[in-house]
Amino acid sequence: MAEFFAMGGYGGYVWPAYAVFFIVLAIDALAPHAQRRRVLNDIRGRLQRRKPNTST
Amino acid sequence: MNALTLWFHKIGSPPMFYRIAGWLGPWCFGLGLLFGLIGLYGGLVLAPRDYQQGDAFRIIFIHVPCAWMGLFAYFFMAANAFVGLVWRIKLSEILAMASAPVGAAFTFITLVTGSLWGKPMWGTWWTWDARLTSELVLLFIYLGIIGLYHAIEDRRQAARAAGFLALVGVVNIPIVHFSVNWWNTLHQGSTVRLLGPSKIDAAMLWPLLLMALATHLWFFGSLLARTRVGLLELDGGKEWVRQIALVDAQALSDGARGHG
Repeated sequence: MAEFFAMGGYGGYVWPAYAVFFIVLAIDALAPHAQRRRVLNDIRGRLQRRKPNTST
Repeated sequence: MNALTLWFHKIGSPPMFYRIAGWLGPWCFGLGLLFGLIGLYGGLVLAPRDYQQGDAFRIIFIHVPCAWMGLFAYFFMAANAFVGLVWRIKLSEILAMASAPVGAAFTFITLVTGSLWGKPMWGTWWTWDARLTSELVLLFIYLGIIGLYHAIEDRRQAARAAGFLALVGVVNIPIVHFSVNWWNTLHQGSTVRLLGPSKIDAAMLWPLLLMALATHLWFFGSLLARTRVGLLELDGGKEWVRQIALVDAQALSDGARGHG
């Protein structure tokens, strides 16, 4: 197992490369969720403003 | 209209595409993850070490598929931008703009992993040679398109302006691809070829191709998720989007009550 992680002495290059790969793609997959939250909040905000029956 | 055009219009209508993308997207992500893990097992564990590069060559299994995806995403974006500009199809404009951040992400990974591969093999993190420079220009073009899209208030005007920039940036694509043939460069030439035999052993080739399949699926998963958000944003005033916003609000308050 230790040999596997050493990557023949290149572990210091191979594993950071794989870490970047996973981190960037994880962010890529999560980003649309955050955007969706923001867009739906905006739409609800506009709906609230259009019918001002709730007092301000 | 014939049956095919009719079908196309139905699929392409925002609420319909929103539903289909919502169903298809998670499958793309799921299968992409599955194939990716199998591919990585093949690449990191099963494949033999390279006789020249030792284990450092294992970076190929992410570097090359991501480089392909950077170009593929650009091609996809430019094709949709073209359709959007010529025929004013909203869905194409949104697909083009949804493709840009994913392509930028893959291009960024390509540059970083290439740098991490270059240090032990070439003795330098970076060199201003043709392949590396044109790949960096590709990233900057992506960032320019994304920046322009977010700088303009009106969503459709923004998509059109950024789409135009995407079409201009197409000139860089053949430069990236052929740079290793046109100029003397540190970067090695193509290992995998569509025509003729690949210069790679089968034990290394299948994980590489599986990773390529996985990154394509991931691209479409991310693309569809982003397209859904783009459709909500564009059709914000329409009834079907209001319904979704209200159902979402209900789900949020239910969730809050459940946790409280």
